[in-house]
Amino acid sequence: MNLRRDVFQAIADPTRRAILLLVASQSMTAGAIASNFDTARPTVSKHLQILTECELLNQEQNGREIYYIINAKKMKEIASFIEPFRKMWDDRFNKLETIMKKNPHARVQKGKSKK
Amino acid sequence: MEQKTKIHAEDGIQELMITREFDLSLELLFKAYAEPGIVEQWMGTEVLQLESKKYGSYQFETKDGKGNVVFKANGVIHEFIPNRKITRTFEMENTPFGVQLEIYEFEQLTDDTSILNMHVIYESVALRDQVLKLPFAQGINMAHNRLQDIVNKLK
Repeated sequence: MNLRRDVFQAIADPTRRAILLLVASQSMTAGAIASNFDTARPTVSKHLQILTECELLNQEQNGREIYYIINAKKMKEIASFIEPFRKMWDDRFNKLETIMKKNPHARVQKGKSKK
Repeated sequence: MEQKTKIHAEDGIQELMITREFDLSLELLFKAYAEPGIVEQWMGTEVLQLESKKYGSYQFETKDGKGNVVFKANGVIHEFIPNRKITRTFEMENTPFGVQLEIYEFEQLTDDTSILNMHVIYESVALRDQVLKLPFAQGINMAHNRLQDIVNKLK
């Protein structure tokens, strides 16, 4: 199965979220990351691979070691993932407002029901 | 540019709050939710049924240009207090998103402005997060595109 990778798939898994939190504080090697989890090392490697494919993590060669560093730009994409949903409601509400302003038949008595 | 619609979705909680201020009197805002003919216009979906009362139910349906149903939703109304509150369930049919509980609170700000607080509770955090991502993919957005088509045809 060759699923398209995206940032949302990346953060759908609790281990991957934990990895991101770890790496957010400092860049780490795969071994250092894996030592934080009970999960088997190959499983952690798989998660790292997915996070890298999703561009949430970048690899940086430092001597013999490969360090994983967080890609802040891509993380921002997640922070704004709610934006299309918000935009959809905003458009809808704008529409509602326009309709109610324009449609005289929709008008009801104003100025009553003061609390 | 100020964002008129605000969404508050806390991490790990299966609910969200949508808040919006309208340049409309409270009565007009509420009416836009209560009257099928008006709901149809701004939701961009056909309203097959909408009984705006306690124990009432509703059904929305949207078809594409070829007459295929692309969106179908239904729910029941638990509470209907004119100009104040609507509590209802909402379910998108033939989707894995489950049933959501929606609590709408309408408040007057001034004679000509009002605010809507929409509190939505999902079956699980995972389902909420899926729905939040939905507009990318399908469903609600298709209804919206459909509306766009209609408006474009009118031009």
